[in-house]
Amino acid sequence: MTAPLHEPTAETAPSAAEEAALAGAEAKAVQGRSLGRIAWERLKRDRLALAGGMVVVLLVLVAMFAPLIAGQDPDAYHENLIDPLFGTPKGSLGGVSADHYFGVEPVSGRDIFARIVYGARISLLVGFLSALVAVVLGTVLGILAGFFGGWVDSAVSRVMDGLLAFPQLLFIIALVSVMPNQMLGLTGTGVRLFVMILVIGFFGWPYIGRVVRGQTLSLREREYVEAARSLGAGRLYILFKELLPNLVAPIIVYTTMMIPTNILTEAALSFLGVGVKPPTSSWGQMLSAAIDYYDSDPMYMVVPGLAIFITVLAFNLFGDGVRDALDPKGSR
Amino acid sequence: MSEKREDAAVTNPARNEGAVLARDAAPGETLLKVTGLQKHFPIRKGLLQRQVGAVRAVDGIDFEVKSGETLGVVGESGCGKSTMGRLITRLLEPTAGTVEFEGQDITHLGVGGMRPLRRDVQMIFQDPYSSLNPRHTIGTIISAPFRLQGVEPEGGIKKEVQRLLSVVGLNPEHYNRYPHEFSGGQRQRIGIARALALKPKLVVADEPVSALDVSIQAQVVNLMDDLQQELGLTYVIIAHDLSVVRHVSDRIAVMYLGKIVELADRESLYKAPMHPYTKALMSAVPIPDPRRRAAKSERILLQGDVPSPISPPSGCRFHTRCWKATQVCTTVEPQLVELKPGQRVACHHPENFEDQAPQDTVLLSAAKEAATLVAAEVPAEPAGTSAAVAEEVAAEDGEATSEGTTEDGKQ
Repeated sequence: MTAPLHEPTAETAPSAAEEAALAGAEAKAVQGRSLGRIAWERLKRDRLALAGGMVVVLLVLVAMFAPLIAGQDPDAYHENLIDPLFGTPKGSLGGVSADHYFGVEPVSGRDIFARIVYGARISLLVGFLSALVAVVLGTVLGILAGFFGGWVDSAVSRVMDGLLAFPQLLFIIALVSVMPNQMLGLTGTGVRLFVMILVIGFFGWPYIGRVVRGQTLSLREREYVEAARSLGAGRLYILFKELLPNLVAPIIVYTTMMIPTNILTEAALSFLGVGVKPPTSSWGQMLSAAIDYYDSDPMYMVVPGLAIFITVLAFNLFGDGVRDALDPKGSR
Repeated sequence: MSEKREDAAVTNPARNEGAVLARDAAPGETLLKVTGLQKHFPIRKGLLQRQVGAVRAVDGIDFEVKSGETLGVVGESGCGKSTMGRLITRLLEPTAGTVEFEGQDITHLGVGGMRPLRRDVQMIFQDPYSSLNPRHTIGTIISAPFRLQGVEPEGGIKKEVQRLLSVVGLNPEHYNRYPHEFSGGQRQRIGIARALALKPKLVVADEPVSALDVSIQAQVVNLMDDLQQELGLTYVIIAHDLSVVRHVSDRIAVMYLGKIVELADRESLYKAPMHPYTKALMSAVPIPDPRRRAAKSERILLQGDVPSPISPPSGCRFHTRCWKATQVCTTVEPQLVELKPGQRVACHHPENFEDQAPQDTVLLSAAKEAATLVAAEVPAEPAGTSAAVAEEVAAEDGEATSEGTTEDGKQ
């Protein structure tokens, strides 16, 4: 680009011969690196994020193939493994054996490994689906607020402020206690899961909504939006073709950050007894049950605690990696 | 295309006049006509969003652009240049006045009504880093005009995109690349290719080179010049860099606080500016040669900032900073009148021309103050004196002769 003045076209315009050669090689014409591909290459170099991602994939596989991996019924009692005098499992470390990798529960003797594996289903289901609810609501409302501005923006922003200030845990506890046992063709655990997903997602959308609104506000003032308008583009074109591709990155980042939070919320709710009810297993609920045996059978408490810890850590590491990969101006 | 329209004119006598006006303007004919154009941005406050005032970004301007010419628009930051550009491309809705393109009133056309006209009026944007969507390839960006307008160019869109890339001096093979893989100058070329895709008649360029390196500025300006000759384009170039404007423009409009204060041919404007504001602007152009700089007769420093466009000064808007302002300037707004052929000025006391309000001679106190800042002629410096010294001398001389200047004014 340091060519002398008045030489704008000679610089790169190919000669006729070159052009012919290029036409032959058209199939492998210069391929640009898209921002998505650059992000992927950056992510591949981030070992911590990759490790997190692998654990996440592993967890998803475990949850999907729970019956195969657990190898036994999580609700089956093994009373022969329980010390009848104290109600605690026989053997060391809470009854760890070749049949029961993580030992068995006190009193009932149910296999802890199987219950953890089945519990992963609940955790991931609630984590992912409530994040989905939050993302859909947050994206749609955030874009509407940012793009249209005016009273739409005022209304959506006030609702978001309200929801962020709302004591959601108390609300869910109150809601679950008045909830019917049957609803929309679902019963028991189904109803509880459904309500939990909806409520966690509903209280989560303002976090994504605020980010999307802010991004939209800044993006819609970019000159490429004006350029599209000066070419005769309508609102829908600008929304879907110009703005949305630029919003994908922050949405992905906030989704990966939101999933572990939701998993924790589910665990907390189950721990408080308003989440999934026994006999369906859930990590939070196991933790809650383990409190009674913390001195006689500490393994019972350690295993679900570790499961929650590792899952949340893996998601967070992966989420951080995704954020760094998608936003080169970020921390790294 | 023009033939077809003339046919229509013959077969439909009722629309004769309109059809004749709508045909392609020959060089020298009026392509764009702006009358009394205004844009006020409302200021809203409080719970009910009541309007408490308005920013008068553009406040009544008239001009026309002839086919094939380049109109340069200059002025300080915030004087409404960019707003004006967005009004004539109808990215903004005018508050009042009319915009006519090829005789058709486009002032209040909606998105749909403007769509066919978008082919003829295109825009080049200021910031090459924000005018290209980072998520789209160059091919997608330059082909957007065809897809949005439903135009199928000869030989297919891809081929046309590659042709456009080579027209603006980029490698046609790069259509699959993303904007972040290009430099600022290359990106601006991409923006130009996009603007030219539909073979427009009028191109409005909003500070097309101000975000670029000086060396790249020249390339882009020359590219625009070449394209104008090849494609017979008409340009409205908005800029604050007077040297760029001088290089490219046939006629120049000087804006101050939402008004055009002077509109003249390039030659007359640069040789003999009539409006004091134009004169001050001209005197601020740096001369890149210390020896010539020392010989430069005067340098006018304007006092203070541009007043707020929310409540612009009464009468002539420049009277708060003008060294020639008198009573009449505060009360009567000067009209943009053609004082010399091809030179229109809105001033009561123009420079280089007879006074329009000779009876009013008492300078305002603000004008007296301003006059102290207008340096009188600097004596020719001996060769070898550095520019800095020359400037200092000029400043001192200015102070020393300030009394004389005011006296002159009083006479």
